[in-house]
Amino acid sequence: MATLAGVFIFLTIEGVPGFFQEEQFYKGAGNFWGYVDHLLFGTVLAATIALIVAVPLAFGIALVVSHYAPKWIAGPVAYVIDLLAAVPSVVFGLWGINLFAPKMVPIYDWLNAHLGWLPFFEGPVNPVGTTILTAGLVLAIMILPIITAISREVFTQTPVLHEEAALALGATRWEMIRLAVFPYAKSGMVSAVMLGLGRALGETMAVAMVLSGGGGISFNLIASSNPTSIAANIASQYKENTPGTLHVLIATGLVLFLVTFLVNFAARWIVAGNDRKMAR
Amino acid sequence: MSTTLKPAPVSVASIPLTHGHLPRGAEILVGVVAAAAAGLFPLLLGWGLVAWVIVSVILFIVGLTVWSAIVETRRSATDRMVTALVWTAFGIALVPLVSLLWTVVSKGVPAINSTFLSYSAFRTSLDQPIGIYHAIVGTLVITLCAVVISVPIGIFAAIYLVEYGKGNRLARGITFLVDVMTGIPSIVAGLFAFSMFTAFFGAGYRAGIGGAVALSLLMIPIVVRSTEEMLRLVPDDLREAAYALGTPKWRTITKVVLRTSLGGIITGVTLATARIIGETAPLLLIAGLTTRTNVNPFEGFMTTLPVFIYSQFQKGTAADFELAWGTALVLVIIVLLLNIVARVIGKIFAPKTGR
Repeated sequence: MATLAGVFIFLTIEGVPGFFQEEQFYKGAGNFWGYVDHLLFGTVLAATIALIVAVPLAFGIALVVSHYAPKWIAGPVAYVIDLLAAVPSVVFGLWGINLFAPKMVPIYDWLNAHLGWLPFFEGPVNPVGTTILTAGLVLAIMILPIITAISREVFTQTPVLHEEAALALGATRWEMIRLAVFPYAKSGMVSAVMLGLGRALGETMAVAMVLSGGGGISFNLIASSNPTSIAANIASQYKENTPGTLHVLIATGLVLFLVTFLVNFAARWIVAGNDRKMAR
Repeated sequence: MSTTLKPAPVSVASIPLTHGHLPRGAEILVGVVAAAAAGLFPLLLGWGLVAWVIVSVILFIVGLTVWSAIVETRRSATDRMVTALVWTAFGIALVPLVSLLWTVVSKGVPAINSTFLSYSAFRTSLDQPIGIYHAIVGTLVITLCAVVISVPIGIFAAIYLVEYGKGNRLARGITFLVDVMTGIPSIVAGLFAFSMFTAFFGAGYRAGIGGAVALSLLMIPIVVRSTEEMLRLVPDDLREAAYALGTPKWRTITKVVLRTSLGGIITGVTLATARIIGETAPLLLIAGLTTRTNVNPFEGFMTTLPVFIYSQFQKGTAADFELAWGTALVLVIIVLLLNIVARVIGKIFAPKTGR
């Protein structure tokens, strides 16, 4: 049990020298923050895209499974979703680069042609589709089953009496869900989203495989050079085995760890606060 | 009886007790009309199938909502719109998920044959067929080591949390650490194992055991969590009955508590194993990459199935990708089997605790 605490201490000891390495290890950036800021940006950007796409869809699926669909659809679908939550990320990456990215290219062309005045779709369009938007969408598909599984669990736990009371007062089904199910499930939904966010932030392989990184900070979602993420950067750089580079990588890992830690901590805090409110 | 009855006031009569309803099968009607209307676009403008589906769904939602708002009330219009939206979300989300499974199966099956499963990727001449035997062995050895490391630690930690340290400061600290570790990104776990083994055994040390340590770091919190849940489910009556018979605490725990919750614990461990068996990133850092079969976790590089997929992906030719898809299928099947086993174990042991 003491080893658990050891992890953090060890990582800090190994990582801290990375903050103060000589300039050559930072690939042109002056200091550590110059090196890590665009990685951090890429991480957050990809995770944000993933969340924006995945959250409404996940709640939609969860609602269908828990309240809309008849039993003979809901059962198998729930099982398949649970199963997809266990599919290894490297398989998602393989699927993303082989099938999904090429399919996205015409859509990017269309977006560029019609919405090119938005900074997001400025172009020029990446001809193979390995953009940060693709990476974000693959991440969205990956975190979809997790968010769905947890929120379905909370939705089904809503007391049946509350639901029936709402219906008996003449509420339509949507009003019943809004008045009885959502308030009850709010903390569970928040923690599901946060868990998905933590997963998306730390995800390595899918991003490393799908994204062609190397760019700086840019909001252009469909270009050829994209900001890469911390985790993917570690996975692609670790082979350069000089101690200096390694320390820098471990330091970026430490930054990533702190970010995910903050996210998890916030989720727990929100959930705990809500529980107290419900108890009162 | 005859004089005082007047006709009802006009204002009351104007509020109907029931409002209009859409005819039965309105959804189907709107759907057909929307599909037909959207079908004009591909005919006139030469749009593709995808655009047709998107346009018809949008038309369907708008059409149904507007019709319902006219005939019925605004509230039922909202209800119908949300129902349509929710089902749409469901449909959109199922497409990539089904596509993923279908791709893995359809591309993976042609790659699998007896050579594929029983040869390693080490070839002595260029035309020799290669397989994933080495990766299967590597996966089994590393996962087994990770299970051996993390199951005792996880279960003992959970026993401490539930049976001994109820609510004291150390237990709360451990719970907090476990919570934090649940959110640890896998690559950070790999970095930790990497830097630890570099510190102890010198630079460039890579072996399966390092991967096992990294994986167990990811596995311990899951095991602690699920075991804790299961132990809490054991009714206090059983414990008190054992104490009343004069049984010492450690014997109560081993003979009563653990035995009652055994099924749940095994299910939790199996699910945790299924979760870590697909991890790539930490093994990429610490376990290395090799083409030969290696069964010794303490010496030499070791390849697992996910790492093999990644390395095939990096080579990038069509033949390499075929191997990668085959490996992906094998991996998914292993995960699937573990999940089913966990469910079956849960089912077998579940009734005992109920009685």
